[in-house]
Amino acid sequence: MEGIHTFFYSIKQGIINLKRNKMFTITSICTITACLFLFGLCYSLVSNIQYIVKSIEGNVAITVFFDEGTKDSQKAEIALELKENKKIKKVEYISAEQAWENFKEDIFETQPELVDTFEEDNPLADSDSYLVYVKDMSEQNSVVKTIEKMDGVRKVKSSKEAVKTLVTFNRVIGIVSVVLIIILLTVSTFLIQNTIIVGISVRREEIRIMRMIGATDFFVQGPFVVEGITIGLIGALIPILVLLITYNRVLNWISSQFGVLTNWISFLSLQSEFMVIVPACIGLGVGIGLVGSLVTVKKHLNV
Amino acid sequence: MEEKSAKIVSLSNVSVTYPTGSKALKNFSIDIYKGEFVFVVGASGSGKSTFIKLLLREVEPSSGKVVVNGKNITNLKHKDVATHRRRIGVVFQDFRLLKDRNVFENVAFAQRVISMPHRLIGRNVSKVLALVGLEEKKKAFPKELSGGEQQRVALARAIVNQVPLLIADEPTGNLDPKTSMEIMQLLENINRQGTTVIVVTHDREIVDMMQKRVVTIKDGEMFSDVEQGQYTESLAASETRFNME
Repeated sequence: MEGIHTFFYSIKQGIINLKRNKMFTITSICTITACLFLFGLCYSLVSNIQYIVKSIEGNVAITVFFDEGTKDSQKAEIALELKENKKIKKVEYISAEQAWENFKEDIFETQPELVDTFEEDNPLADSDSYLVYVKDMSEQNSVVKTIEKMDGVRKVKSSKEAVKTLVTFNRVIGIVSVVLIIILLTVSTFLIQNTIIVGISVRREEIRIMRMIGATDFFVQGPFVVEGITIGLIGALIPILVLLITYNRVLNWISSQFGVLTNWISFLSLQSEFMVIVPACIGLGVGIGLVGSLVTVKKHLNV
Repeated sequence: MEEKSAKIVSLSNVSVTYPTGSKALKNFSIDIYKGEFVFVVGASGSGKSTFIKLLLREVEPSSGKVVVNGKNITNLKHKDVATHRRRIGVVFQDFRLLKDRNVFENVAFAQRVISMPHRLIGRNVSKVLALVGLEEKKKAFPKELSGGEQQRVALARAIVNQVPLLIADEPTGNLDPKTSMEIMQLLENINRQGTTVIVVTHDREIVDMMQKRVVTIKDGEMFSDVEQGQYTESLAASETRFNME
């Protein structure tokens, strides 16, 4: 029963404290909002880039060409060996005819008259190949080296530059984000502590009387912890709301500005982004509020 | 007064040495019985405040044994201090009221701290405000009250939780003689209703007039303990002994 009374008293007093120290409360909320907004933004960016990299990875293949005169049985052996490799997801055979058809579609689409000059000749005769899809792009190099050593293999081609750039870009954004978020989290915790310290100094006499009358630690600390948690929670809800409103609009804008990209890449849905962002922001906000206030009351209330 | 069988305060050979090295109490022993009214007198720095702090468990004894309200608090754990203090009412010279709350809320605050159910708070607070004669001023804020009235509020707050022991530290220090007498009469009323009262004071006139037990502390030691004593007697004895030394 005492716990319930203390719980409601703490909530009421915590809210009164927040109103009393308006300026500090607003500053703390703004900092946490900025921090968690940046977190949400970075997370959206990194997760979308990872998503794009994954989808590009699925379409990027290593092309394996054979030595001239390689027999079909030898080609079948190569295919078998490739399929046994755990790093390889899929192996697809492209005949010389198929290769020529693809080439014609890609290169001579706008100049069909040039194709006619080849008549029935296939300039890509002896250019049948295997398209090898790897499970993880970072393993592409080692797979290429393995294939190059295989008998009957003339040439191995891999188009990895675009993916490599994206992976590097993603890594840089990830590192910058983590550093920024750590700095902002530290500033947020510091500001919450300051807000609580001001609250304690304003209520020093009250705390002294509480102690004299026989208030428990929980009763004395409760309002300050409520204060910290409320600041953290509000500081988390604002960026969630902002991201909720802006996410689809930004994606729509990108699609309209860079229409050509939409054929290549797709973005994560709002729902799948928020499955992570909402609990993470609330957890971080409340966590910062709780830790900041607990550390401060333990230190300044001498309990 | 009740039969002298139940001790409410018992200090046995208690010494208190502060981290600075100063010895506030030296082998101090005293027994105070339930229902007693005791004055504690002595010069500044004699150890009176340390005596009160010991009872409230604001300081720990360096040696000896302290029993309050039947509980040995010599080695009381931090988590049990709040429960211990709930059974002691305290008033101070500077009243220590919450300036942003009215009379009713100041007294009710003591009840909220011990998580008294809301429906009982109104009844209990009104009862003690009637006892101290401030029922009419329950909506007034401390700055609207005289010193005497503020001390009455502090008294109401100290007893609203029905404590068995009331400690008053210089309760008349900021009051004129007439108001001081009114406060002392209130303390006597509270004592008559069964609460043990310990008053630390410099007010010679009051001590002499009340004719209660007077304990004199000098240089951290028990100097005299006189039933129905007078401040002057204690002081005279103190001075005589001082001259002899």
